[in-house]
Amino acid sequence: MSPSQQPPLIKLEKICFAYPGRPPVLRNLDLELRPGDKIGLAAPNGSGKTTLLHIIMGLLRPSSGRLEFFGRPAAEEEDFIAVRRRVGLLFQDADDQLFSPTVLDDVAFGPLNLGKSREEAREISLRTLSFLGLEDFADRVTFKLSGGEKRLVSLATVLAMEPEVLLLDEPTAGLDQRTKKMLIDIMQNLSQAYLLISHEFDFLAATADHIYTMEEGRILLDDELYIHQHQHAHRLGKQPHKHI
Amino acid sequence: MISEPFASGDSFLHRLDPRVRILAAAAYSFTVALSYRLPNLLAALVLALALVALARLPLNQVLPRLKVVLGFLLLLWLVLPWSYQGTTVARLGPLAVSREGLLLASQITLKSVAILLALIALLATMTTARLGHAMNQMRIPDKLVFLILITYRYIFVIEQEYQKLWRAARIRNFRPGTNLHTYRTYAYLIGMLFVRAAARAKRVHQAMKCRCFQGKFHTLEEFASGRREWLFAAVMLLLLTGMAVYELAPAAVHHLFTLACGSPK
Repeated sequence: MSPSQQPPLIKLEKICFAYPGRPPVLRNLDLELRPGDKIGLAAPNGSGKTTLLHIIMGLLRPSSGRLEFFGRPAAEEEDFIAVRRRVGLLFQDADDQLFSPTVLDDVAFGPLNLGKSREEAREISLRTLSFLGLEDFADRVTFKLSGGEKRLVSLATVLAMEPEVLLLDEPTAGLDQRTKKMLIDIMQNLSQAYLLISHEFDFLAATADHIYTMEEGRILLDDELYIHQHQHAHRLGKQPHKHI
Repeated sequence: MISEPFASGDSFLHRLDPRVRILAAAAYSFTVALSYRLPNLLAALVLALALVALARLPLNQVLPRLKVVLGFLLLLWLVLPWSYQGTTVARLGPLAVSREGLLLASQITLKSVAILLALIALLATMTTARLGHAMNQMRIPDKLVFLILITYRYIFVIEQEYQKLWRAARIRNFRPGTNLHTYRTYAYLIGMLFVRAAARAKRVHQAMKCRCFQGKFHTLEEFASGRREWLFAAVMLLLLTGMAVYELAPAAVHHLFTLACGSPK
């Protein structure tokens, strides 16, 4: 089958959601993620991006609307348990994701839950760590890692489950330029389709093929281009120079 | 921050299967806690010191660890000898020091120091992570294992959040005093810490669910027991049984000794 004939990996139809006692966050939201899609989502704080990811993972239930994964609808916890085997979510705060005492334990947690044997889980975990250039981290204690290290290890814990789709919630938050660059390299080598939330346009431009935004609880596609001007600062900016 | 200064090492005890060490620690603690005879308690203290030696822990690092319990014991020594009724052995002004009070204070002191030393030698010689994994493989309920492992992981995060709140209060010139404002601020601080810890727990659980956690806990580590473990277990069992017998029937033990050594002339 060609990619266009395959069912979408994730399909959301008319999703509505509101937290109790607050105005609705999502209003009739539609979204489709197809194989090979690399989508960036940039929107203001409080516009419901994280809520959207949690709804996709079944951590929150929409008040109305339809979710479909790999061509099959999902509504009950049972359905989402199956979905979580194939869709991985990287949380905003790495401390939420890394709860095991050592890095290897944490990376192996997912594979062990998927029913892999100890040897298989250990092998998958070491392979994932070395894919991310973290071979030496296996025996480190998770709470003693730096912020950037925690982020990369969290990514390893998600990738070790060999998901078909990745959801990333502000993966660059709190990272320095060097770690950000490493993350960009990793993302560009991923074979999975992914949906990532970020406020940083240079990061989105480097990692996403499409950049969507959210407004009034719905997703706006990047169909239209706007000519715009902007200002920025960089070193030696006073000298005549060219941007390519 | 939890530092585990004794966890790394290469002594006999460090290499011993953690499960055997946990069992030995439990058996030792119960036996000593339920013993009251002084010779027994002294023997327990000697055994604890022997374990510390077996773990090759430097005494100048182990002894300062006793400070925590010594504080409590000091309090007992200040109160028990004169407040406990019994035969008077000395008088300090209006206070009568009773023999029973002194005995009780010595018993408690010996017991707590001995148990603490044994726990340092047997349990502090493994990381908390390994303790959790070993408990998991001893089929101790998952919930208890989780309590230990998650506490170990998050106590540091919660401490950081406390520091954050405390700094936020201080940079706005909060100075604790004896007034309602101070009490209220502390109450808010502690309340907020609970709220944050609960929110954190919820997010961690969500993250675990996303990685297909369904209540069953698996570990990577495997432990093996061999001849060394059996030997250690047998020696511990023998010593503890001896203590128990002496505790319950000292006459029998005296009798055995007389039989073995011949009756004193």
